Amino acid sequence: MVRVAAGQGFWGDDLDAPRRQVEGGPIDYLMLDYLAEVTMSILQKQKERDPSLGYARDFVGAVESVLPAVLDRGVKVIANAGGVNPPSCAAAVKAAAEKRGAGGKLRIGVVTGDDLLSRLDDLIVEGHALANMETGESLSTVRDSVLSANAYIGSEPIVEALEGGANIVITGRSTDTALTMAPLRHEFGWGGKSWDQLAAGIVAGHIIECGAQCSGGNCLYDWRSIPDLANVGYPLVEVRSDGTFVVTKHPKTGGRVSVPTVSEQLVYEMGDPHAYITPDVIADFTTIRLAQDGENRVLVSGIKGKPPTDKLKVSIAYRAGFKAVGTLVYVWPDALDKAQLADRILRERLDRLGLKFEHILSEFVGATATHGHLAGDQRNAPEVQLRFGVRGADRAAVERFTREIAPLVLNGPPSVTGFAGGRPKVEEIVAYWPALIDKSVVKTRVEIIQ
Amino acid sequence: MRIRLLDIAHARSGDKGDTANVGVIALEPRWYEVLEQFVTRKKVADHFRGMIDGEVERYELPNLNALNFLLHGALDGGGTLSLKTDAQGKVYSTALLRMVIDVPDAEARRLQLPSAQ
Repeated sequence: MVRVAAGQGFWGDDLDAPRRQVEGGPIDYLMLDYLAEVTMSILQKQKERDPSLGYARDFVGAVESVLPAVLDRGVKVIANAGGVNPPSCAAAVKAAAEKRGAGGKLRIGVVTGDDLLSRLDDLIVEGHALANMETGESLSTVRDSVLSANAYIGSEPIVEALEGGANIVITGRSTDTALTMAPLRHEFGWGGKSWDQLAAGIVAGHIIECGAQCSGGNCLYDWRSIPDLANVGYPLVEVRSDGTFVVTKHPKTGGRVSVPTVSEQLVYEMGDPHAYITPDVIADFTTIRLAQDGENRVLVSGIKGKPPTDKLKVSIAYRAGFKAVGTLVYVWPDALDKAQLADRILRERLDRLGLKFEHILSEFVGATATHGHLAGDQRNAPEVQLRFGVRGADRAAVERFTREIAPLVLNGPPSVTGFAGGRPKVEEIVAYWPALIDKSVVKTRVEIIQ
Repeated sequence: MRIRLLDIAHARSGDKGDTANVGVIALEPRWYEVLEQFVTRKKVADHFRGMIDGEVERYELPNLNALNFLLHGALDGGGTLSLKTDAQGKVYSTALLRMVIDVPDAEARRLQLPSAQ
C-alpha cells in the first residue's frame, strides 16, 4: 500500500497544510498542486520582471516545513511548483536546504520540456496551428500578445525522476493528476498499458488535487454538521497495487471524508465523464464505485481506463487588454431601484465621455449577481451592491472609467455608501488560450541535482 | 407534486474556460431516477434562459447517483476575461438547486420525496 497526501490545492492555499500532512500520520508521498489555468501567466509576468523568478515561491517554505520528514522518514515531495521556471525553483529549494544544513541530503528532480514559448514560431511554421480548443480561432490572431505556452505533461518524467532517486520532484506544467499518479506508477510498476490502474491513479489524483475540497471543504451536503473546519484535515489516498484505494485524512483533524464529500469533488470541473482525458490515460468516471469504509474512509474501486490520444493540451497565456471593476452599495428603501438608476447614469456618462469598451457588465450583488432572475423579487433587499466592470484594449479609457464611480456618491441616487476602498484599480488581463499539440513534439527532460 | 431540487439533491460546480459545469447528486440513491427522468437537458436550458449564451449538455453518472450539466457561455468569457462575480462558476450549483420539478403524486409517494410546500 502506498500513501499519497495532498498538501496544496492551488497557489495560495493554506501554508501550514504540508507540515500538517507529514506530521499528522504516516504518509509516503506529499503531493503539492500549485497551478491553475491563470497561474502560469502570473508566473510568466514575474519571470519577465526578474529572470530568476516564475515559480511558486510558497513551495520553498513548504519544503522547509517538511524537511525533517523528508530527511528522517523518507517522505518524498512532488510538486508542479516550478511554474515557468523549474530550474530556478530547484535552485531556491537547494539554497534553503543548505541553509538548514541539509544540502547534501536532498536529491531534487527537475522536469523541464513543457515550456514551448521559445519554440512557438517554429511549431507554427511546422504546421501546428494551436487553434483555440473552444473557439477554433487560429493562434495567429493573438500571437504577438502571447506571454507563455506550456504543454500539460503526464506522469512519465516524474516517474523517471523518482527512479533516479529524487526525493523532491519539481515540474512545470504537469497535469494536476500526474503528481499523484507518478508515485503510484513508480511504486507499483504500472506499465504504459495498465489502463485500468492508470485510470485509478487519475481518479485518485482528481479527488485530492483540490486539497480539502474532498474532505469537507466547500461541501454543500449537510454542511452545518461538518466538524472543525478550522482544523480541516487535508486528504490522502491509500492505494493498493490493483488500483483500488481509500480516501481518508489524518486522525484528530476536522472536516469529513464521506461518499457525499468525495462525490462532490468527483463532479467538480467535470466535462464528459466517459472520457476524462489526460496524457497518460483516458479515465471513465462512470465506472467509479464509492463505498463508506469506516469513519472518514471512502473506498474507491471499479475504475476503467483506455489509451490516451496522441495529443497534449497546451496552455497559452496572452495579453488581452485591461479591466477594472468598481462598486457602490445602495441601501433600503428601494435599494435595488437606486442601484439600477446609478447603473443607467454611469452608462450614460461613459457614453457622453466617448469612452469605448469591448464589454461592460453591471451586477447587483445582494440581489441578482449570481443567481440572476432565479433569485426572485429583490426590491425589498436591505442593501444592494452595484458592481460595475469594464473591459477594453485601451488602457486610458479603462483608467478614465475608474474616476466615474466616486462622483456618484454626491451626484447620483441617495442612500449610498461603501466607497471607502477608493478608486478601482486597472488590471491588465492575461487570458487563457487552450490548444492541442502532437505529443511527439514535446520532449521532456529530467535532471537530478544534489 | 412539486419538488424543489434543493430538497432531493446536492451539487458542486466549476469552470472550464467559458463553460460552467454543475454536478447534481441525489441525496438518496433511490432519488437518482427522479433526477434522471425530470431534470432534462431542456428543463435546465429553460431554467438558465437569459443567464447563459450557449447550449446545455447533460451526462449521466448512475454510479454516483449524479447528473453532470455543461452550461456553455455561462461565464462572460470565463477566466480572467470575465467581469462576473462568479467568474469561475462556483455557485451555478445552488442556482440549479432552485429548480422545481413536477413529479406525479404516486411516484413522489413511492419514493418518499419531500414536497416543496
